[in-house]
Amino acid sequence: MSFYSRALKHRSFMLGALLTLLVIFAASLSLLWTPWSPFEIDMAAKLQEPSLRHWLGTDPFGRDISTLLLVGARNSILVGVIAVSIGLSIGTGLGLLAAARRGWVEELIMRLADFSFAFPAVLSAIMMTAVFGAGIVNAIIAIGIFNIPTFARITRASANSVWAREFVLAARACGKGPWHITMDHVLPNIASVLIVQATIQFALAILAEAALSYLGLGTQPPQPSWGRMLAEAQTLLFQAPMLAVYPGVAIAMTVLGLNLLGDGLRDLMDPRLARKR
Amino acid sequence: MGLFLLKRLLTLFVTLAGASVVVFLVLEVLPGDAAQMLMGPDASPDTVQALASKLGLDRPPLERYLHWMSGMVKGDLGLSYTYGSSVRELILERMTVTLPLAVMAMLLTTMLALCAGLYAASRHNRWSDVGLMGLSQVGIAVPNFWFAILLILLFSVHLQWFSAGGFPGWEEDPVQALKSLLLPAISLAVVQASILARITRSAVLDVLREDFVRTARAKGLSPRATLWGHVLRNAMIPVVTVMGLQFANLLAGTIVVENVFYLPGLGRLVFQSIANRDVIVVRNCVMFMASMVIVVNFFVDVLYAVIDPRIKASDI
Repeated sequence: MSFYSRALKHRSFMLGALLTLLVIFAASLSLLWTPWSPFEIDMAAKLQEPSLRHWLGTDPFGRDISTLLLVGARNSILVGVIAVSIGLSIGTGLGLLAAARRGWVEELIMRLADFSFAFPAVLSAIMMTAVFGAGIVNAIIAIGIFNIPTFARITRASANSVWAREFVLAARACGKGPWHITMDHVLPNIASVLIVQATIQFALAILAEAALSYLGLGTQPPQPSWGRMLAEAQTLLFQAPMLAVYPGVAIAMTVLGLNLLGDGLRDLMDPRLARKR
Repeated sequence: MGLFLLKRLLTLFVTLAGASVVVFLVLEVLPGDAAQMLMGPDASPDTVQALASKLGLDRPPLERYLHWMSGMVKGDLGLSYTYGSSVRELILERMTVTLPLAVMAMLLTTMLALCAGLYAASRHNRWSDVGLMGLSQVGIAVPNFWFAILLILLFSVHLQWFSAGGFPGWEEDPVQALKSLLLPAISLAVVQASILARITRSAVLDVLREDFVRTARAKGLSPRATLWGHVLRNAMIPVVTVMGLQFANLLAGTIVVENVFYLPGLGRLVFQSIANRDVIVVRNCVMFMASMVIVVNFFVDVLYAVIDPRIKASDI
């Protein structure tokens, strides 16, 4: 069966793809059009119930909730893309280097990766905030740094198994150097593993950004962010409980979509693993 | 076992020393002038200089680092600039909230995950298995601080069974204190348990396919006795690994959740100290948390060897 026909039959993959596309659509839409302005404050229209004018109601500053959610999607995706790119590029590079050079280089890189697990994203973001002040750029860097060891480990483990294969031996016998073997044989063979991991790290990055923005260490006002919307909503739980529901649903749906997509891709790219699920 | 322990202990100390260097470099050397940071950008040079010499911040970085290290060995972490009290006392005081919270969350996580994972594995591919695993996917996707807010909405705003936050203190009212940690612990545990339940289920399913399980069943052991006597112990390796890794997440989670419930724990101390620019407290808190993660992972490594005696033989 082809990849596509198997993909169409994989229910959780399809659900994940649908949810992810929905968020990407929302983010793209917000670049072109939003129902209202995300920055305009209208105190006369504050804390309104959902209506035809404001589909999900308004926040304490009279801003339209559906607009804020749309712009928040853009923010989350931006953070995810940059943070995962940092982790993917540096982490994969280090992992490939470790697998190609072995010996003390591998030992050093892997010990560094082990070591950085002592600093979860929130903890490194706290350190960065204490030094450079709160802001979305610092949050992205902290989340990105946190991604590096994950990618380094998974790249090295998968690359090592490729290096042990016979076609790599054949390539070496033909006189190819480590650099060419890595680029021509190792990287293409581990790409699927990296894509799956990138999807899962993307979801983790969105969760981390939401948590940091909730704490005031991530996205700064007036830029809308799902995490910050939750922080603002928490002060109004008695007056407007639904304000604390929408952004959370948006985060959970996005993360669920990406996780299902990642798991589905793993099943589809390596059918041997599928039986476990 | 002796050599294995020695090797692990050596790694532990090297990792701790490395972590201290990173924390020191990031929080003290990177900002340039720590005293200026403490006083803010508007402070006059004289006051900054006075503070720098009072706190010893005008000494060379290496000397300051060694001073910090020797203080740590002696249990003296210095004085907090804003609280005026010893940082050690501050951390110990806040740990009376954070530690019980983390322990409660970890216990809840383990209980929920083992029950759900074992049950799902024993009902492999039936509706209850599919349903539980679907639920765990949702659990993984829910941010813990949002789940905490939902719990507040339900139990504090709607049903009014719990207070929406705050901590009465252990001396004042121990029962109330325990109660005020329950919702935070649940919100931390649900997310972690969702991940652990999936790991438990797949680990148990893997072991169930092994030959020795078939032998045990063929010998006449009941499914229950096989599960408890043979499967569980063998399935514990990946479960314990993930639990060790989860501790770091749990700790990061307590920082966030303490802020949701306004609990006076370590997480809130760090935040207040960042707001107060109290570098000395921030530095020691971050180091303390990183050390906890490192030490827990050390114990996980040692625990492997206890669960699976083959590991230490291959490791030496």
